[in-house]
Amino acid sequence: MTLNRLVILGAGHAGFALAAAMRQAGYGGSVTLVGDEPGLPYNRPPLSKAYLGGTDHEETLHFRPARFFEENRITLLAPERALRIDREAFKVELASGRSLPYDNLVLALGARNRSLAIPGSELTGIFSLRSAPDAAGLRAALAGARSAAVIGAGFVGLEFAATAAARGLAVTVLDAAPRAMSRVVSPETAAAIQRCHESLGTRFVFNAQITGFKARDGTASPGDRVNAVRLADDTAVQADLVLVGIGAAPNGELAEACGLEVSNGIVVDNGYRTRDPAISAIGDCAHGPTTHGHARSHRLESVQNANDSARRLAQILTTGACDAGDPIPWFWSDQGKMKLQIAGLGGPNDATVTTGSNADHMTMRFRGGRLICVETINRAGDHMAARRLIASGIGPSLAEAQAGACDLKAALKAA
Amino acid sequence: MPRIIFVEADGSEHSVEVEAGTSLMQAGVANDVKGIVGECGGSCMCATCHVVIDSALAADLPPISDDEEEMLEFGTAERFEGSRLGCQILVTEALEGLKVKVPG
Repeated sequence: MTLNRLVILGAGHAGFALAAAMRQAGYGGSVTLVGDEPGLPYNRPPLSKAYLGGTDHEETLHFRPARFFEENRITLLAPERALRIDREAFKVELASGRSLPYDNLVLALGARNRSLAIPGSELTGIFSLRSAPDAAGLRAALAGARSAAVIGAGFVGLEFAATAAARGLAVTVLDAAPRAMSRVVSPETAAAIQRCHESLGTRFVFNAQITGFKARDGTASPGDRVNAVRLADDTAVQADLVLVGIGAAPNGELAEACGLEVSNGIVVDNGYRTRDPAISAIGDCAHGPTTHGHARSHRLESVQNANDSARRLAQILTTGACDAGDPIPWFWSDQGKMKLQIAGLGGPNDATVTTGSNADHMTMRFRGGRLICVETINRAGDHMAARRLIASGIGPSLAEAQAGACDLKAALKAA
Repeated sequence: MPRIIFVEADGSEHSVEVEAGTSLMQAGVANDVKGIVGECGGSCMCATCHVVIDSALAADLPPISDDEEEMLEFGTAERFEGSRLGCQILVTEALEGLKVKVPG
């Protein structure tokens, strides 16, 4: 079927990037972008970084001004929400009562934060962070707080912890795992990150079993202000403010309800297509095949994946194929003076070689002797070199790295 | 407000007024200058806000940090004399009339 009516559900990084990439690729049909938040689509990474610690207005977060949407004939419906996908009629039913016909439907629905269902979760002063209003609320709360507890030593939690510590708050980071960023980085890099945070005065509690939150008078009535996090060993961590950053779950309900396969995300093939050829999925909500990392398929939550999957799908929808290979995943996190960068995907049993110091750290991860992932702190050049070396499979081998061949920039220049 | 002149790869010029304190990347994006993407939102991570500035004016610009230096060296397709990352340059009154070229 000719593509004349493209409907994109979700106006985050992936949805917006797809709309823009379709126009750039010369697609001339209609583009309707449906977003559940009011206003123009915006950039999320600064929310836990510069925006949180600064005084920027929300407008500085917008991907593009309103004019861009008009000039590129991208119809933005926001705030609006899809209620149901009617695959037989090629229509999406919206919360406003409207019905949107499509030739091709792209699900860029993102993920939502997991919440903690424990006593006291309803207290005031307990935050999670995904949207601009979340960040604005947290920024306001930071101003009056003297102590903060961060639940979850992941990207968002540690970025916030660094900002809060820089503002002079007493910060405690709690995690159920035995180390920081346990699902993402090697133990070597986790240790370097932990030491950097500790040098800012932040305290870590690992293997933490959190049982609830309490208010100053020891009760936990909804509306009261949080005062402490309770742990299973009957200790408590004082906190005027709590950020819960324990990961996210993909928004797969719409897909599931219309009979598409959902398993840790909306299942797609290597062209981002679901088993309905008129419906694709990209970004945080999609689970598809990969040639990177240890698993044959994965779901990635990252800006890189949102942008790359959007660009690749735009090429597929406009030309029928994509000429770029499976893009190498990369991630970054700004935590105080640390810029953590990750190129590639590691796994739990990788061999590693570590060089540098805490503030200038690099861990290379190898599988079967081949370089598959490089984690760096404040080594942007090595990170950029690593992306290219891993993508083209010409990085140093484990044996070479163990023998001291750790200069990735030189390796790239020599290649 | 200082006036900044963006020159796109095809030579077309956009003369725009920019509030002091705004980065060249933010100004380029807000005015829809082609070739300034700002994919990482200004974290000096993606080099998609690569611009080239007349080197005669380099003295008025903030110095290149280690991070930016490495991104310019290893993150751009080609580095030119005057290459900078737009996200690392905040507009000030002193930059009135600055010409900012977007490489092709």
